[in-house]
Parts: sequence; C-alpha cells; structure tokens
Amino acid sequence: MSGTHAHTAAYVRDTMLPEQAPPATSVGVLGWMRANLFSNWFNAILTLLSVAFIYQVLAAILPWVFQSSWTANSLNECRAQIDAAYGPHAEGACWAVIRERYLQLIFGFYPSELYWRPILAFALTLAALGPVLFTALPRKMLWLSVAAPFLVPWLLWGGSAWVPVAVALGFVLGYVAFRVVASVAGALLGAIAAGLVPVLWWLLLASGWAGLMQSVLPLGIEAVDSRNFGGFMLSITIGVVAIACSLPIGVLLALGRQSNLLIIKAICTGFIELIRGVPLITLLFVASLLLNYFMPPGTDFDIILRVIIMVTLFASAYMAEVIRGGLAALPKGQYEAADALGLDYWKAQRLIIMPQALKISIPGIVSTFIGVFKDTTLVSIIGLLDPLGFSNSIRANAEWNGIVWELYGFIAFMFFVFCFSMSRYSMYLERKLQTEHR
Amino acid sequence: MTTMTDPPKDSFRLGMLIYDTRYRSLTIQVVALIAFMLLAAWLISNTAQNLAALGKPINFGFLSGPAQYDINQTLIPYDNQDSHLRASVVGLLNTLLVAVLGCVLATVVGVLVGVLRLSRNWLVGRIMTVYVEMFRNVPVLLWIVFAMAILIESLPAPRDFRGDTPQASMLFADSVALTNRGFYIPKPVFDRSLGGNPEAPAPEAAPVSPAPPTGVVGMTGGSSRIATGGGSAAPGAAAPGQAPQGQSGAAPTGAQPASSALDWLVILGVFGGSLLGARAIGRWADRKQEATGLRPRTIWVQLAVVFVPVIMVLMALGVRLERPELTGFNFDGGIHMRNSLIALWLALSFYTAAFIAEIVRGGILAISKGQTEAAAALGLRPNRIMSLVILPQALRVIIPPLISQYLNLTKNSSLAIAVGYMDITGTLGGITMNQTGRELECVLLLMLCYLVISLLISVVMNWYNNRVKLVER
Repeated sequence: MSGTHAHTAAYVRDTMLPEQAPPATSVGVLGWMRANLFSNWFNAILTLLSVAFIYQVLAAILPWVFQSSWTANSLNECRAQIDAAYGPHAEGACWAVIRERYLQLIFGFYPSELYWRPILAFALTLAALGPVLFTALPRKMLWLSVAAPFLVPWLLWGGSAWVPVAVALGFVLGYVAFRVVASVAGALLGAIAAGLVPVLWWLLLASGWAGLMQSVLPLGIEAVDSRNFGGFMLSITIGVVAIACSLPIGVLLALGRQSNLLIIKAICTGFIELIRGVPLITLLFVASLLLNYFMPPGTDFDIILRVIIMVTLFASAYMAEVIRGGLAALPKGQYEAADALGLDYWKAQRLIIMPQALKISIPGIVSTFIGVFKDTTLVSIIGLLDPLGFSNSIRANAEWNGIVWELYGFIAFMFFVFCFSMSRYSMYLERKLQTEHR
Repeated sequence: MTTMTDPPKDSFRLGMLIYDTRYRSLTIQVVALIAFMLLAAWLISNTAQNLAALGKPINFGFLSGPAQYDINQTLIPYDNQDSHLRASVVGLLNTLLVAVLGCVLATVVGVLVGVLRLSRNWLVGRIMTVYVEMFRNVPVLLWIVFAMAILIESLPAPRDFRGDTPQASMLFADSVALTNRGFYIPKPVFDRSLGGNPEAPAPEAAPVSPAPPTGVVGMTGGSSRIATGGGSAAPGAAAPGQAPQGQSGAAPTGAQPASSALDWLVILGVFGGSLLGARAIGRWADRKQEATGLRPRTIWVQLAVVFVPVIMVLMALGVRLERPELTGFNFDGGIHMRNSLIALWLALSFYTAAFIAEIVRGGILAISKGQTEAAAALGLRPNRIMSLVILPQALRVIIPPLISQYLNLTKNSSLAIAVGYMDITGTLGGITMNQTGRELECVLLLMLCYLVISLLISVVMNWYNNRVKLVER
C-alpha cells in the first residue's frame, strides 16, 4: 500500500515525530486557571464576581478581627484602646471579653478550684471514645470505655463514690441474673430476669446500700450542684449523654417498628412519630414544667437530668428513623440468608443485619449526632446557662453591655469545630468501611 | 415419605406460651401491652395526684378568657381584649407565615447553592462549600440571634431617613424602607373592597390620626406625596391610613378602604380557577398531540388565562399600593415586617438552604452519567435532557428529604421565642401559659398543633412518594 503511494505523493514521513510539550495554556497554573476559572465567558464572570465577593467579605471582617484589643477590662476601655492604636474610626473586635470570660463560657459557675474535674472527665470521655472510634488503638482501652459512663458523672457531680458503684453493680447483677436464670429456665426468662433484677436493685436497694457503704467507709469528693453547670460543659454533657444513649434506644425502636409484632410496632411507631412531630422546644417545656407532674408526688429530680432525658428521647426517635432507613436499604436476601442459616432473631440481627444496616446509616447517624449537639443550645430558652444563655448574662453585665459579635463569634467557632470534626470523622469511617469495589 | 409424621396434636400446655414460636409472639405482645398500659396508668395517676394537690384540674376553659396582652405582628385583627384562643390562632398563623416564607426562600437559595456547588468553576464551588459547612455546623438558634443582632446593629434607625440630607434612603422608588425596627413594604389596598371592612384598617388608622405632633409631620419629606391624597385632611391626620379617602369617591364616608380577608379569598379563588383552566388547556393540547402528532402552541393562551382574570379582579377591586411614609419618628402605613420576623425568616431560610443544597447536589449526582449520554445519543438538546431525563429522576431522590427539611424548618420556627416573634410557641406556649399557669394544657395543645402540621406534611409526602414510586417486580 505504502509502496504504491510513494509514487504519487511527493513526500512520505517514515519516522514518528518526537512528543511535543503541551501548550503553555493547558498545563501548570495557567492551564488550571483556564480549566477551572475561565473556561468560558460565563465562568469568567462568575469568577470575577466571586473574587469581588471574597474581597468584600474579607475586607469587612479581617480588619475587625485583627485590629482588636485583648487586654481591656470593659467595653469602653476596649474602644479607647482600639481608637488609640488604629485611629478614631477603626472598628475592632474586643476579644478581651473572651479572655476575661472564657473560663465561664466553658465551665459556667462550676467552682474554679474544681475545674480539674470536668477537664479530667472530658479527657476520660475522649479516652473512652478513642477505642470505639479508632480500631488502631489498643483493645485494652475498652475497659476504660466500660468504666467511663460511671466515672464521668461522678467526676462532674461529685458526691459519694459508692453511688456510681451501686449503679454499676446493677448491671453486674443483671448479668449474673441472666446467666443463672438462663441456665435454669431458658434464654427468654433469662432476659426478663436480666431486665427486672437491676431495676428492682436500683429502685429499692441501691440508695440504701450506697448510704450504708458511705457510712462504713466514707469515700467521695465534694458534690457540685447542677445549677452551677453551664457553658460548653453543659452542652457537652447533655450532648454526649444523649448521643451515647440514643443509639441503643434508637436501634431497639427501629427494630420494634420493623417487627411483625403488631402491638410492639404500634407502640414504637406512635412514640417515634409523636416525638418527631413536635419541636424539641416543646419537649424541653415538658422537661422543665411537666416532668415533675408525671412523677410520684414529692419527687423533685434535677433539671439537667430532666433535660437530658427529654433530649435523649428526642434523639432516639430520630436515630430510630435513620436506622430504619438502613434496615430498609438491606436487600431482602440478607434476611432470608440469615433465616436459612438457622440463626434466631437476635443472632441474625447481631451478626448479619445490624452490622450492615449500621454501616449504611453512618452518615445519617452522625448527622443526627451533630443535630443533637447543636440542639443543646435550645436549653438556653428554658433558662439553663449554656454558652448562648451565658452570653446573655455576660451582656447584662455593666462592663460588657453592648458586646455582641465577639461572643457569638466565639460560640459559633467552638460549635463549628466540634460539629465539623464529627462530620469529617463520619467521612473517614465511611471510607474505612467501604467494601465495595469502585 | 412414610417416616414423616404429622405434628402431634397435643393439648395446649402453659409452657408453649414461651417455647412455641406460634404463641411466643402473642405472649410477648400481651406482656408489652400490659407493661405499656401500666406505665401509662402510673403516669396518669401521678399527674392526677399532683394536679389535685396543686388544685388545678385539667380544664381548657381558660382559652375563652381575655388574653390581655398585645401581639405586635398579626395577620388577622387582634387586640388584647380578645380571647386566649384567638391569640393562639394569631400565633399559629404567624408560625405558618414564617414557615411558608422560609420554605420558599430556603428552596430558592438551596437549589441555587446546590447547583452552583457542582459548578465547574472552582472558586464558586469552594464558596458554596464554605457556605454549606458554615451554616450546617453552627446551631440554628445562634444564627437566629445573630441575624437579629445584624438587623438591629447595622440598619439605620427611622430618624436617619429624615431631614434634607438623610443618612439613609428608601429603596425601589421610595416604597421600601429597611430600618432597624423592621422592614416597611408597600401594602395592597382595595378602594372598592368587598368586605366593607369594619375592622380591617383599625390597626393603622385608629392609633395614628391623633398621634403625631403637627410640627413633626410638616418636616417630613413625604408631605408632598400626602397632598395627593386630598388637601382637606388636617396635617396631623395626613397619615396614609386615611389618605385614600380623598382619592376614591366610591368609598363611603367613615369606612376606609383596605384589604379584607374576603378580597383575598376572591383573588385566590379566581387565581386557582385560572390555574385549573390553564391546566385543562394543557391537557387538551396533550390529547391533540397524541392524536395528530402536532402540538398546538398554547403558551400565550395559557398565560392569558392565568393572569387576565386576576388582573381584572384586582382592577375591579380598585387595588393600589399603599406606601410606607415617614411620619414623626417612625414609618406609618404599608406593611411593617418586624425585625423579629425578618431575622427568623432569613436565619431559618439560610440554615435550611444549606441542607437543601446538599440534598439537591446529592440528587443530581445520583443520576448516572449514562443517562445524560443516552439522552444525548437519542438526539435531545441539553435543555430537553435536563427537563425530560435528568430532572424527573433527580426529583424522585430530592423531594422526600426536601419535604422533611420543610418539616424541620416549620419545627425550628418555634425558636421564634428567642427573638420575640409571636408564633404559637410565643403566644400559647409563652405568655398565655405564664399568665394562666396552665402548663399541662398549654404544652399539650402546643404539641398537638405541631403534630397536626407535621402529620399533614407527612401525608403530602407519602402521597407524593406513592405517585412517583418506581414500579418494581
């Protein structure tokens, strides 16, 4: 073919040309800008508008953030300092209020000589969460995770060390009851005994036992009243407890709603829809105004505990719906395969269904966590001093009357840090558990 | 085969309630029901005992008593002698108002942000990511109080609009004023109102006429415009609420033209009828297309059917826009949207929009690229690909979570209490509850209201889900 062609064509190339460098406009910074910022006239306009917008925002915010005062003791002093340093028309932030009040914003009215306790409790919480969240950590740390739910409240509220021991003993008794009864009378009766024995222990005997032990062997730390709780400590306390408790309750509710036992299903569905149909604020009204009505006359339990209960119920209902979504997304074959293997209901759930369903619903679970944590700010409406409630009381102070942005900015920043890291963790977890081939 | 025996027809033993799977589920359910009823009975008896000890048995009679408090933003006429029930209804309407406004704005912003976040423009994509993360990771309550603070601190006071060289000026040909007391926008009023409105103009007309000192009114920049309303009015009474008197000879003396509920009902009814008519024309065009293959061009007829009747009704009612005017130290006339409403509306909308943006983005990403390519291979143009192939599939993914975001927005509107907007949480769950001391009844009613709203929205959602559900094997 080429031979015949050689007679008619004047010139035939018989060697390959060497590779040439790509044009300068399609590589490097220039190429990237052309592809991503100026690919056509519309994109170019968008880019220019965006640059103008960013410039406007930064020009408004940055001078305010950095032409600031950190040392003043009141708002007026702050303004005087900023005027002196940056000229009479300078608008600057008065970060001094954060410097002066950050301890209060974090700990509320917790006695300052006892700050080590919430700090230790927080560290303990992190250490307890560590092995749950990251499998690379040593498995022995899980013992810490088991102990933390009893140690942390004790550290925060103080009091006799025998109370958390009595509470923990309830769980031990429940386990023992399960083993004993199950070996004698079967698993179902064992489960009932495991539910009944601890409740009876806590209701009837635990306080007496703890009091007795306390009188025999006094062991305890100074008690701190709930009304001294405040700031981020309060938010984190409510948030962590609600998050930790809502997951198991949510799993149970979701299973109940999916089950084919009609009455159980009706109860679970009713509960979930009732809670999800009303705003959290009405549930907080229930906590602050009505919950004491529902209890036997004379009981008066702590407002923070009441709020925690309602927030937990609220979070559980949302969690249940998220997990139900995960359960519904599982192919039916998984259920049938579990049945075919001869697994009973709980074994099938534990070994086959739940691991997959929970994995599917990780994004939803984490965004529920984030939502619950953000919603803890609502307690300021019923008068608890969470960071937002505290910022109002700081503003009511004569020295800082009129300060707005610095406090809101600080609180928003703290919340952002917590919530953003949670959402990043969920992405990490999703990637780690990703088993499909892509 | 012969080895197989029938299950023994044994007599029923008590143990079978636990060990026989046929009966076990029944046992569990009965036990659960009994436990549930015991719990409920325990709670109710405790409540009854506690309430009896306090001497306030459950009684909803307080709702008919006079409320004796003012509500600064109302959609229906209300004054402090009306009953608690009416105050609650006003609050409920306020909740619905902010919910509807919020849903509309949140959808617009959310769709825009969601689409822009997918933009090939790197900078725009990053800005939208920052917006979404910023709003999603900070509590909505903080955004609400933050928006309130921005409105109060950064907008000019009404007095800044005064004088020959005012520091601030109104927008859109002097018809909209953004002040730190709220936004003043024009209000449509009807010169030939159907209602005869014995009550409607009361909020603005009654308190205004005696109020402003004449000297201050003379200073206002708006006095020249007021003059068109009829020079007969005394300067002190030249408030916009009364200005129309001179203009419309048709208005009987004493009764002042304004908007009444009846007018709006008529307008809405006509508009709804027009929409149905336009839809019928569309169906007719569909049938014609099925039969002949050619689609008649109906867009102009449809537009005319939708808008001409409404415009005619509006003209028949003698609609005018009543502009807010600066009188004395404040604006009068027009619609006053208070700061609390604006702050709540903006904060809720932008907060929810961040979630909606993620939903929209997810929905668009969920449609595989093959769909676009297949449609292009069929020869469809890009806009037809979007409207016929991508959107119908994406909407199926987007709508259900979108509606649950609407639900969240409605529930979050209860945070109005933080900025003093009187929604139902502020009236029924706030002042009424504090005045009457009826916590149980108020909180129950409050929950019931929200529950009904939620259930209605859920019904809509389920109806939609069933309609667009893929038919599976």
